[in-house]
Amino acid sequence: MAGGPDPVQTFLEEAADLLLELEGALLSLEEAPDERALLDTAFRALHTIKGSGSMFGFEAAAAFTHHLENAFDRVRKGQIAPTSALIGLALEAKDHIRTLIEAPAQADTALGDRLLARVEQIVGGGGPSAGAPPPAAAAPVRDDVSVTWRFRFRLAPDAMVMGTNPLLLLEEIRTLGSGEIVALGDMVPPLEEMDPNRCYLAWDVVLTTTQPKSAIEDVFIFCSDGMELTIEQVASPTERLGDILNRRGDVAPEVLENTAARQPRLGQMLVSEGALSEDRLRSALVEQQHVRAEADTTKVVGPAANTASIRVAAERLDDLMDQVGELVIAQARLRQIIAASDDLQIKAIAEEIERLANGLRDTTMGIRMLPIGSLFSRFRRLVRDLSRDLGKDVLLTTSGEETELDKTVIERLNDPLVHIVRNSLDHGLEPATERLEHGKGPQGHLHLSASHAGTQVRISIRDDGRGLNRERIRAKAEEQGLIAAGAKLADNELFQLIFHPGFSTAREVTSVSGRGVGMDVVRRTIDSLRGTIDVASTDGQGTEITLSLPLTLAIIDGLLVRVGRGRYVLPLSAVEECVELSREDDLRHAGRNFLNIRGELVPFLRLREVFAASTPPDLYQKVVVISTGEKRVGLVVDQVLGDHQTVIKSLSKLHADAENFSGATILGDGSVALILDIAHLVACGQAQEQQRSAS
Amino acid sequence: MNATATGAETASFEALTLCLGGEVFAIDANCVREILDLIPVTDVPGARPFVNGLVNVRGRVVPLADLRLKFAMPATPPTVDTRIVVVEIDLAGEATVVGLLADKVYEVTEIARSSIESTPEIGMKWRPDFIQGIGKRGCEFIVIPNIVRILSSD
Repeated sequence: MAGGPDPVQTFLEEAADLLLELEGALLSLEEAPDERALLDTAFRALHTIKGSGSMFGFEAAAAFTHHLENAFDRVRKGQIAPTSALIGLALEAKDHIRTLIEAPAQADTALGDRLLARVEQIVGGGGPSAGAPPPAAAAPVRDDVSVTWRFRFRLAPDAMVMGTNPLLLLEEIRTLGSGEIVALGDMVPPLEEMDPNRCYLAWDVVLTTTQPKSAIEDVFIFCSDGMELTIEQVASPTERLGDILNRRGDVAPEVLENTAARQPRLGQMLVSEGALSEDRLRSALVEQQHVRAEADTTKVVGPAANTASIRVAAERLDDLMDQVGELVIAQARLRQIIAASDDLQIKAIAEEIERLANGLRDTTMGIRMLPIGSLFSRFRRLVRDLSRDLGKDVLLTTSGEETELDKTVIERLNDPLVHIVRNSLDHGLEPATERLEHGKGPQGHLHLSASHAGTQVRISIRDDGRGLNRERIRAKAEEQGLIAAGAKLADNELFQLIFHPGFSTAREVTSVSGRGVGMDVVRRTIDSLRGTIDVASTDGQGTEITLSLPLTLAIIDGLLVRVGRGRYVLPLSAVEECVELSREDDLRHAGRNFLNIRGELVPFLRLREVFAASTPPDLYQKVVVISTGEKRVGLVVDQVLGDHQTVIKSLSKLHADAENFSGATILGDGSVALILDIAHLVACGQAQEQQRSAS
Repeated sequence: MNATATGAETASFEALTLCLGGEVFAIDANCVREILDLIPVTDVPGARPFVNGLVNVRGRVVPLADLRLKFAMPATPPTVDTRIVVVEIDLAGEATVVGLLADKVYEVTEIARSSIESTPEIGMKWRPDFIQGIGKRGCEFIVIPNIVRILSSD
């Protein structure tokens, strides 16, 4: 199962959270109607439910939520007050959204319409101006609702003589849906009276199908003469056997009551009473089972699927990780003591514990880490549907799917990415005609990528659309009083304004975006993950939004080196090669610090000098060549110790000034090793090179 | 002893007393998480001298601070009595776990708030803002350092 968690299941879990959040906000809002933050929370929850909902095909829920969102938009704008009547109604509507999401088949569309009508009543006229209805809103009719039918048919006695093959009929019934067919042989005469050309059998069928009743009738269209056929819909999945028999008219209600009074095993007793044939009992039992099974499978969409995965609070995983860290350390100490022992039994146990501890460590680390591809893949559907709705042809490409990120981070990145992608599609990418006018290909391009960059994971969303409109952002910001008129702003500062709550330069609100709430979600989420957002945009060329997230919880492959007495970890992905520092290069102390690697000059830094190591240098020092893209720098170390699975721990604020390090990790023996900040060291090396060439 | 007899909640507080460079210091016991024997310390080249180490506290990388340097005391080499007092404090709005190096740890004791005097303006060889107050126990003086202030300073 390489696909990761089922995205629909993830959405269901998230939606459940959002609905809880919505409910909480609504209830608090009832007590404090002036609390702006509560209103924003409720609105954000609605907005996200709508967005993610349509992304995962919950069109009815998204359409319904859209109307509610419109109402709350008017509340936000102060056009209507959040009266308790409105809040009560919103709570009812919230429950309806839950039904629409968790059990769409059971949703009562009439109830939905009534709720919307009442919303309309409270909100008053002018509704259409608040937003265009989404395309799916017009007809929330679901054509895939399954209905269970029960029917019994008995062919005309001469049907087989007339050329009807009952087996083919049964086959055809099976193609309509899932069901059970039971033959009733109670009319079969004794052998000596039987005419092999006559059909004595009848069939009871229980069929769950999305097809209308007429489809069943059509099966018998060519043999309906002289046949008996009764079709009815099965209502309740918990129908009791007695009710089923009663409804079929197989047993009179009085007989049932008499028998039921004597309990148990209703069916058995009916048979022994002679009131019911074995076949008919079996048929009824099969129906009961089928309907129950069918009810169970519909429930799987809802909470029943929870057995496959459980959600665990992140702190618990942190605790687990800490404890595993302690275990590894204790185990390393055990190994040292065991090395001095001669007791083979104890040695065997120690090895066993070592194996278990390593396995536990790997599993624990693995629990949290997921490739980001699982997140990217959720966007195919969104981009496909959105581009269709907007009438734009958009190509989505992704790269760096294998970049691993903490699971909780991935989950929390979903909402911001949804908002950014929607914005790109709606505002960034132009319609085909406009693209052609600007000399671009008719197909818009959206690229999602992820990569490790030093201590950070960078996730970028790049489109080749029209780019951000600096003038319009500035005008809007001045209008809203966010910046002083005529204030000088760098591009990045100006672009950051789009993340301000309620900021939207869109001229009209569509179902996709334009309310100025989405980008606010982006910034809040990224802030809470201690990340940063960079926006780059070129007029007419496109926009790139880069989310940089700290690698705090990530695991990297590291190269462990020794400098003096200290051990340090280099991200293996940045290491190009390791070479020995030749004596000539080493002795050229006062001169240039350059290495000739296959004809290319590479500046090098002596980490012994950078870290002021006091021990004498090793006789044969090594140079680890690292690079960030095209820039290369050699780092002179005393010894290359080998590779090391590195769990990155962040440094506290007290060490914010130790620029050479991006974090720390705990080695197998329990000691702490620092992780070198590649970007910073490369910059240092390059600066040294420039100084040299300048002098 | 008699300090608790008053019944007032704030009449006294529990403090951990420890020795730094021959002086007795007291740290609010509520912020102390644990006391460790000296464990291997990893140097952090380039960090400020009084926080130039990292230790592994139960799988967590924790900075190690030597408060002696802030009180102009010599950094004597560790002895068998040297301990690391792990405290959790609020640094710029973030709960931070820090290890404090101590020459010796004595005990947890009650210090009556009434016995605490504010820092004298003169006659102090230390920066006054590093000291929260001077407590008294018997005829002994106990320095109550302002750890947050000390760690936030350069």
